[in-house]
Amino acid sequence: MIVEREDRIRLTESEKRAQRNRSIAIGVVLVALVVIFYLVTVAKMAS
Amino acid sequence: MTLVDAQAPIAPREAISLSEPRDFIELLKPRVMSLVILTAVTGLVVAPVHMHPMLAAISILAIAIGAGAAGALNMWYDADIDAMMTRTARRPVPTGRVTGETALAFGLALSLLSVCLLGLASNWFAAGFLAFTIFFYAVIYTIGLKRFTPQNIVIGGAAGAFPPMVGYAAATGGLSVESTILFLIIFLWTPPHFWALALFKLRDYGSAGVPMLPNVAGERATRIQIFAYSLVLAPIGVAPFLFGYAGPAYGVVSTLLGLNFLRHAFVVLKMADGDEKMIPAKKLFGFSILYLFGLFAMLLVDAAITMTIGG
Repeated sequence: MIVEREDRIRLTESEKRAQRNRSIAIGVVLVALVVIFYLVTVAKMAS
Repeated sequence: MTLVDAQAPIAPREAISLSEPRDFIELLKPRVMSLVILTAVTGLVVAPVHMHPMLAAISILAIAIGAGAAGALNMWYDADIDAMMTRTARRPVPTGRVTGETALAFGLALSLLSVCLLGLASNWFAAGFLAFTIFFYAVIYTIGLKRFTPQNIVIGGAAGAFPPMVGYAAATGGLSVESTILFLIIFLWTPPHFWALALFKLRDYGSAGVPMLPNVAGERATRIQIFAYSLVLAPIGVAPFLFGYAGPAYGVVSTLLGLNFLRHAFVVLKMADGDEKMIPAKKLFGFSILYLFGLFAMLLVDAAITMTIGG
């Protein structure tokens, strides 16, 4: 029988907070990498 | 909401990571990283070739990331002995905040990133040198030497001494006497610095089974070795002035710092056998950090003065 039900794993508040903080950090690092590689390209073209 | 078979057995709840970004920052050994940044910047600044400021800053960032990667790989491999020592027991892997696999993946990914970034921002010789430095620290020192020989710090110290050479290579694409002297300063500084620590953390290293010199050769032999290395280090610290690529201000400061280092090492040499408090060793350890920061900061100040006067 197939029924609709909630996910079996429910994150605790501390798990949710840690996961959210990690996601934000990964996002910040990815944006920083894009900026860094852009700056390297511009500086290489200028020098 | 998800569609699932209601009759299916419920799987045991998997552990969800509680690691925070600060745990990953801790894996990078930020204090070691700050020393690497200072020494790499010095290597880059004393080089006779001037880089584009943006490329220079990104090269230093790449070297710092490489140092952090090596630190993460070290923490992955050493988690078992870190758990046994009070100084390292609170690190992310032994406490379980970050799994060993995650630390390994993090270290490898950052190694690749740092080498590629340095290659693109400066040159591929410097990038290759950075890759070798990471390999030297993670594989030759951490895996090959640390657990097997009391000379671990002497040979492994080269890994911590390479960053100014990498910084110099980023600017010039090669090596020189100047960068080799910077290497020698850190290389000769490492044994007295870590042996002073090992003297007052003797039991820690002993219980973890790490063959540091005090555990293997005894306290007296270690104190003699510390003084012997200090005797060689003090004049090498003045060498940038003697070789003419640092000014008289550096010459005076490095001489005074060197004499003070020797004084601390001499007090350690004269320390009584079985001294429980080990205060002279603690003082030498603290001063050794100030000594290295002082020398490299003074080299930077000296280079800045030279650049200002030279226009």
